Amino acid sequence: MNKVFLRRVLLAATLVAPALVHAEHLFMARSAQAFPEAMLTLQEAIRARGYTVARVQRVDIGLTKSGFKTDKYRIVFLGKHEEVRRLVRRYPELAAYLPLKIAIFAEGNQTLVVTTNPLVLAEFFPAPDLAPVFRRWAADLEAIFDQMRIRD
Amino acid sequence: MKRRNPRSRNGMSMHRHLCLTFVLLIMAGPAAAAAPDGRELYLRHCAACHGENGYGGVGVPLALPDFQHTATDEYFIRTIRHGRPGRVMPSFTRLSDEEVRAIVEHVRSWHEGPRPAHDPAPVKGDEKRGARLYREHCAGCHGDHGQGGHGTGVTFSRPRELPIIAPALNNRGFLAAATDQMIKQTLMRGRKGTPMVSFLEQGLTEKDIDDIVAFVRSFARNPLPHNEVPADEPPLLMAETDRPFDEVVEAVKRAAVGANFRLIRVQPLDQGLAPPGQEDQRRIIVYFCNFNFLYQALAIDPRVGMFLPCRVTVVEDGDKVRLLAINPTRLSRLFNNSELDRACAEMAEIYANILDEATL
Repeated sequence: MNKVFLRRVLLAATLVAPALVHAEHLFMARSAQAFPEAMLTLQEAIRARGYTVARVQRVDIGLTKSGFKTDKYRIVFLGKHEEVRRLVRRYPELAAYLPLKIAIFAEGNQTLVVTTNPLVLAEFFPAPDLAPVFRRWAADLEAIFDQMRIRD
Repeated sequence: MKRRNPRSRNGMSMHRHLCLTFVLLIMAGPAAAAAPDGRELYLRHCAACHGENGYGGVGVPLALPDFQHTATDEYFIRTIRHGRPGRVMPSFTRLSDEEVRAIVEHVRSWHEGPRPAHDPAPVKGDEKRGARLYREHCAGCHGDHGQGGHGTGVTFSRPRELPIIAPALNNRGFLAAATDQMIKQTLMRGRKGTPMVSFLEQGLTEKDIDDIVAFVRSFARNPLPHNEVPADEPPLLMAETDRPFDEVVEAVKRAAVGANFRLIRVQPLDQGLAPPGQEDQRRIIVYFCNFNFLYQALAIDPRVGMFLPCRVTVVEDGDKVRLLAINPTRLSRLFNNSELDRACAEMAEIYANILDEATL
């Protein structure tokens, strides 16, 4: 097999293929599910991608206790233990942005999920060996959001 | 007779397959792009804000009959392309023209009847008189300078029965998308189901409305100052100290409380990820919250939850202890929301003060 030829074909294919990297700063999706079901779906989707749900911050509970009227609003923290441990040891500053998190909140009978596109972190932390990590996180979060998104 | 090397034959075959794949890829690309699925694109790019069926949410209700009756296809196309700078709606520059048209077709599928087409000629009116009429009839909702209503979305900013926040008219995205005739038709017709009433029914004449349109168009010459966050704004706020780690954590807690925040929790960064008992005790997060500030921030933009709760991360790095916080000013760039920019600048200052206080 001619490796140079293969490389050229792959390079050309990369150039003409649709862009895989989305430039959006935020990932957002609307789920047709009501909040409790959407929360379950989200956590299952997170686990299916090999991440651990570290905890869920119940923002709405804190607000309600403080006298504010609010709909369901939670923050889901997620990550992979070994990966997080390794990354923050090598890049201590990355700790401020970890674990990853997804905001999930009710809008009537439906639910919205929002997160930062991890590719944004590549602007903040330009170390070359971090780029593939951020790309993988972006792909995983996109897949999680796709699972949440309303479909026909 | 020359005998062909089987390996070489396989190699040629592989080359042919790759060439064929490459050609098919090139051919498939435009073919697939020729018929983009408007509904699928809408669900992917628009539904999170505008609702599955265009009934609104974080974004405006696109399916509203009066809106559909006055908005042209070109208005939708330009809105998708230009967005609304500083007003949440992003500009979708990466979608192809075909994809944008497919989305517009899908949005149009909610509308029965003919599509509006407006004369692109400017409406002639008395701008000065229009300014007075605008102050009397429009500024209450759209703001004295056309800055629009406050907040984003139904979850926190407004009652559910109110389907829209008054749009910003002094916005270069809006002014690029809306023709004078569209603005005029909106003023004349109003939008049932929103606070936007028909100004003809309110007693204004067509001449009055022309004057208001002329004034609204003048916003293009008097744009609102837009304090765009510089791209080189650092992503982190940091401080460093020689003091013992545990002492620094306590100092952060005191500083947060001193800044009128309530401590939520103090935990290792990897708590919930690491097996219990094996957490890294030298990377600690101090979480804190001011619920009044939080509520205001969520009312400005419900997506801001990604910053929550407020936190300072304390990490041991060699013989130093470092304090890290996200820089809300830098992150506010992600949201395209001028109101949020101001709140984030305030939060960045609070973070900086907490870091200063904790490392004194």
